[in-house]
Amino acid sequence: MVAVTRKVPRAADPHGENMASLESIISVRGINKIYPGQVHALKDVDLDFSAGALTSLLGPSGCGKTTLLKIIAGLLEPSTGDVLVKGRKVTGPGPERAFVFQDFALMPWATVLRNVGFGLELRGVAEAKRHETARRYIEQVGLAGFEDKYPHELSGGMRQRVGLARALAVDADVLLLDEPFSAVDEQTRRKFQEDLLRLREVERKTFIFVTHSIEEAVYLSDRIVLLSRRPGRVSQVITPQIDRSGSPDEIRRDRAYLDTVEEIWQGLRHFVD
Amino acid sequence: MDARLEDPIAAQLAAQPGEAARSRHQILWWRLASIALFCGAWEVAGRVPINLAFPTFSSTIMAFGEMVADGTMLKAYGLTLQPLVIGLIVSAVLGISTGVAMGLRKSVEWMAAPIFIVLQAAPVAAVIPMVTFVYGIGLTAKVISVCLLALPVIVLNSYKAVANVNPSLITMCSSFLGSRWQQIIKIILPDASPVIFAGLRLGIGAGFVGIILAELLITPTGIGDLITYHRAVANYGHMYAATASIIVFSAFTLSALQWVEESWIRPEKKRS
Repeated sequence: MVAVTRKVPRAADPHGENMASLESIISVRGINKIYPGQVHALKDVDLDFSAGALTSLLGPSGCGKTTLLKIIAGLLEPSTGDVLVKGRKVTGPGPERAFVFQDFALMPWATVLRNVGFGLELRGVAEAKRHETARRYIEQVGLAGFEDKYPHELSGGMRQRVGLARALAVDADVLLLDEPFSAVDEQTRRKFQEDLLRLREVERKTFIFVTHSIEEAVYLSDRIVLLSRRPGRVSQVITPQIDRSGSPDEIRRDRAYLDTVEEIWQGLRHFVD
Repeated sequence: MDARLEDPIAAQLAAQPGEAARSRHQILWWRLASIALFCGAWEVAGRVPINLAFPTFSSTIMAFGEMVADGTMLKAYGLTLQPLVIGLIVSAVLGISTGVAMGLRKSVEWMAAPIFIVLQAAPVAAVIPMVTFVYGIGLTAKVISVCLLALPVIVLNSYKAVANVNPSLITMCSSFLGSRWQQIIKIILPDASPVIFAGLRLGIGAGFVGIILAELLITPTGIGDLITYHRAVANYGHMYAATASIIVFSAFTLSALQWVEESWIRPEKKRS
């Protein structure tokens, strides 16, 4: 394959040049997940996620990418293996990780303001303080003026912005995003992707991003982990070398961007019948 | 704020209040028209007359006014409401807590579900004479009649409400480090509340049936007595007035409950 691709069975690999740090913040060690009924969802997954990087988990549907993300989040227990966050073993959800849900998971009875501040509310942060924080992140995701609306009064894209703001508000080091744009339309999705790139400049966070869209993964990621079909295994790790200094349109026309998309498709197509 | 003006959804939201008020007005008019149509049909049917024992709407209203004026209506309601209110409060508190506990714990579910499923299916009017046999003809028997009718539907609705809470919200709560207690108070109960309240409304409706059954079957007191007495003396206007008044009273109670739900527990429903 081309120079940007390397088969990496294990251990960290070098990343793109715009990384805050190369130190690994999350380590996944020998993860297997077998669901009841002998469904082998994940097999011997070893991965390292560097602090400050955006890593995408990409693969055909049913390859266990969401399962892997939920194991990292502490929402599912692996059958064997460990997840280490900053060297500490994961036994459940923790304050250093925040999750963005595919179906948004907003409380329909709560306003945008309360939904965004909910993580802080659960931690016992005083109302004035958490409203202040929530307002700041509502503004940052572009929803200023909608603080007192209820979720059913917002469009799908706006709802996911609320979900993102809620995850940002708890100030976790790692953001785990489970196909966050799959329930919104294509135009909103593109706008959202651009906003996410901009947001990364402001918020120095580690992102782990599950998607089934090759373009989305290449557009956003410092590193792309390709998972094989069930049982999900790491089949390839790709580090796209894309210059993201240009405008969104320039990036989408960039030679390296298009080549990487094509290359991933070549790598994945034999998984598709 | 600029983003807000550009956004078509925001513009639509801004335009909504006026439209909502207009449609609320329209709804009100149609509802009033429905009531007027019903009362008019009643008046015509009474004048035909379809039966000698069927009074007109106007004579029923007159009889109602008369009974309010001489204090019999107030006294009757005083007698009827006491066991009704006690029975409904007991049913609501006991019913919701039992139902919620059944939804949260499998062991409670397995133990309690059969009892309430059987009770809900039972023709309770058949049980009321037995209740009288054990508890006599006093307040206790009437409270028990109300509970027998109201409790099962409240329990079963609360149980189903909790069992069907959106699992994604529960996952969300634990991913943001919510404790089990926070999960129950902040996610499960609010998410279950529409169905719990639907059960409460059905339960209150059933409680009204229970108290009137008790007053007709156990001892004639309160509204049940007014109905029985005026039927016996062929005072049909008064009999219908007593019957209609308890129906209207029940309807108002249920509307009040809906208002409580929308104002305090699920405020977003006012804006849908």
